[in-house]
Amino acid sequence: MYCTLPAPDSDMATNVLMPALSPTMEQGKLTKWLKKEGDPVKSGDVIAEIETDKATMEVEAVDDGLIAKILVPDGTENVAVNTPIAVIAGEGETASSEVAPGSEPATPEPQPTPAVPMAPAAAPKGVPAEALPEGTAMVTMTVREALRDAMAEEMRRDETVFILGEEVAEYQGAYKITQGLLDEFGARRVVDTPITEHGFAGLGVGAAMAGLRPIVEFMTFNFAMQAMDQIINSAAKTLYMSGGQMGCPVVFRGPNGAAARVAAQHSQDYCAWYSNVPGLKVVVPYTAADAKGLLKSAIRDPNPVIFLENEILYGHSFEVPQVEDHLVPIGVARIAREGKDVTIVSFGIGMTYAEKAATELEAQGIDAEILDLRTLRPMDTAAIVESVKKTGRCVTVEEGWPQCGIGAEISARLMEQAFDYLDAPVVRITGKDVPMPYAANLEKLALPSVAEVVEAVKAVCYR
Amino acid sequence: MAPSDTARSKPAPRKGKATPAQGPSFTREEELEAYRRMLLIRRFEERAGQMYGMGLIGGFCHLYIGQEAVVTGVMMVAKEGDQTITSYRDHGHMLACGMDPKGVMAELTGRRGGYSKGKGGSMHMFSKAKQFYGGHGIVGAQVPLGTGIAFANRYRGNDNVCFTYFGDGAANQGQVYESFNMAELWKLPVVYIVENNRYAMGTSVTRSSALTDFSKRGQSFNIPGEQVDGMDVRAVKAAAQRATDWCRGGNGPIILEMQTYRYRGHSMSDPAKYRSKEEVQKMREEHDPIEQVRQRLLSGKQASEDELKAIDAEVRATIAEAVDFASHDAEPDPAELWTDVLHPAGAGL
Ligand SMILES: Cc1ncc(C[n+]2csc(CCOP(=O)(O)OP(=O)(O)O)c2C)c(N)n1
Ligand SMILES: [Mg+2]
Repeated sequence: MYCTLPAPDSDMATNVLMPALSPTMEQGKLTKWLKKEGDPVKSGDVIAEIETDKATMEVEAVDDGLIAKILVPDGTENVAVNTPIAVIAGEGETASSEVAPGSEPATPEPQPTPAVPMAPAAAPKGVPAEALPEGTAMVTMTVREALRDAMAEEMRRDETVFILGEEVAEYQGAYKITQGLLDEFGARRVVDTPITEHGFAGLGVGAAMAGLRPIVEFMTFNFAMQAMDQIINSAAKTLYMSGGQMGCPVVFRGPNGAAARVAAQHSQDYCAWYSNVPGLKVVVPYTAADAKGLLKSAIRDPNPVIFLENEILYGHSFEVPQVEDHLVPIGVARIAREGKDVTIVSFGIGMTYAEKAATELEAQGIDAEILDLRTLRPMDTAAIVESVKKTGRCVTVEEGWPQCGIGAEISARLMEQAFDYLDAPVVRITGKDVPMPYAANLEKLALPSVAEVVEAVKAVCYR
Repeated sequence: MAPSDTARSKPAPRKGKATPAQGPSFTREEELEAYRRMLLIRRFEERAGQMYGMGLIGGFCHLYIGQEAVVTGVMMVAKEGDQTITSYRDHGHMLACGMDPKGVMAELTGRRGGYSKGKGGSMHMFSKAKQFYGGHGIVGAQVPLGTGIAFANRYRGNDNVCFTYFGDGAANQGQVYESFNMAELWKLPVVYIVENNRYAMGTSVTRSSALTDFSKRGQSFNIPGEQVDGMDVRAVKAAAQRATDWCRGGNGPIILEMQTYRYRGHSMSDPAKYRSKEEVQKMREEHDPIEQVRQRLLSGKQASEDELKAIDAEVRATIAEAVDFASHDAEPDPAELWTDVLHPAGAGL
């Protein structure tokens, strides 16, 4: 939308900086300049268009002057936020080709970096080879694209599948997950709702009881708290209460957990909450391949499925098998990395900490096995026990709160089923036991860190 | 405060589109005061937008530009002790309540001198001293809260009112109607102010609402309402006066639909493709709340260009000071991560 001049009250040249336009944006593409060098600009003029993976936005001048120099040409990809992209000279000043001096903010404060870097993670090592036929072609795509493809494929396959939620149709999704679906399937099957979560979640449950297969998108799961009663009391319990007559094949999906700097009411991890409830299935994919395969399975599942995505992962790229109908079964964990010294159990965005920690640990001579749970309910306890039998040690990693968290559950299951194999107590790495703070430094502290995982692993390995 | 038991005479709601040709008028002092207050919000928000682009503000940042007349006009009739509560689009409300621009801006940059010590950010600020109750991120949630604040007023028997602001999108949340029912049932002194800026994110009112006249949303609860030209600060003030008189008189709640417009995207990351540039331009050129006052002052020879320029300069200086403070203040102490989770008086065990 706009930029970014430190706007000194003098006539000196100022840099136009690549603006940050969303909580998670770190870079973008400079699509097009709408002004040339030498053009005069007035405050409010659109001078360029930039593109992020979510949207195309316009950069507006915030001061009057003329474009002295364009520093980043049309079509440049991956321009980091705050890179000078042009110089605007004040009125009456001659165009200078130098980057304007003194135009940095008075004190360059540490930039609020998102707690989890955006760099695409390496492709998972441990995709279960047995699941893919020899020579299966792979294609690189983002989690965002994988989710969209999953929905589109299922909507083509089954006429009863439809999607319902805020901004899913004309806006193409608040996080662009439903991009293109309105065009292909029309307004009958891609339905924009008013902001009435409790109402439309209940409506989705009713439609599912009546035999349709709704995908209910919550703009984020923070807003699903408005709808909690319908999810738990209506969706999760009706099959049981009806003695098995009245199933509810609905998928509730959307981003869960912390994004970046959006503070307490928009940054909660609901993994433990939903996984507490019998009658629900709870899926938390990490890779694009799993996001696609698990979402397709969730849509076909005859039960209510809570499908917890993560905004920061939406832009991450992974290899996805190019097969006709890529399904990943619900309830089966994946060994993401084989190792012998310790088992790190995680899921969703927690995997980013686990993978980085494993790389660091390898350098220190510790060979970690990483188990990506993928589904929290039903939980693949057998896979956890199997791995711990081999390693004798376990560290769990999640962004959610510690009390009654997923790590607490895993610890209990290991006590019950693998006590004799444990060589050290299980250690939990979790988000801190506080609401999410806004300040950049506090937010970082509130989330788990790679260093905490490394330390925990060393502790259980007595190193 | 005892609700009258005689039949209630409702304030005659004005029908249809507001903007009466012969609007209520302001004295020179009122015009200047409105000008100054609205300009403060406008300049503050412009700088907040720039600071977001520079990465000094993170997360979500919802600007109030275009809607300044609403909160300004309402606050012109507020009296000591009246409370205000609103959504995440809250910077303007805080400034209008008299909160310090330095503390607001420092909260936006996540610094220790911010109103919430840097822990709340743009969407979550509060001031007990200024009776500002937030700053709420969940669409519609402030409506029952505002109703509860009004409940406390009635419980205490004072004659304060709670100004409860929410958007056209929020007006579709179920809890709004649960609140309406209780407020009327118990005659609570709450002014529900619907800031109808025509869009909830990318969804226009006509695409989300079966009944687009929000002043009528209380009809089935017997709550009166009126539509107000929310771009004209005089009309806002006059309506707010009628509404507060109604509430202070023990008649229960009232609804004001403020017809307004936001110039900027929903938040900083909104490409705003759901409306035309011409639509925005037309509102800016023909209905700008600040420009209206300016033109009246100048054409009525109530103020000179120079006088207005002096106000401009003063406002700019205030904002510059806030920006300076907010960019240099320290981040919160890391130990703050653990404080304020529970009240110290009850945090035992
Ligand atoms: C319960 C809930 N649902 C969805 C959202 C996401 N959201 C934030 S603002 C918004 C639009 C609200 O529009 P409106 O009430 O008209 O207020 P405006 O933003 O126009 O001031 C939405 C959908 C939210 N914060 N809370
Ligand atoms: Mg609105």
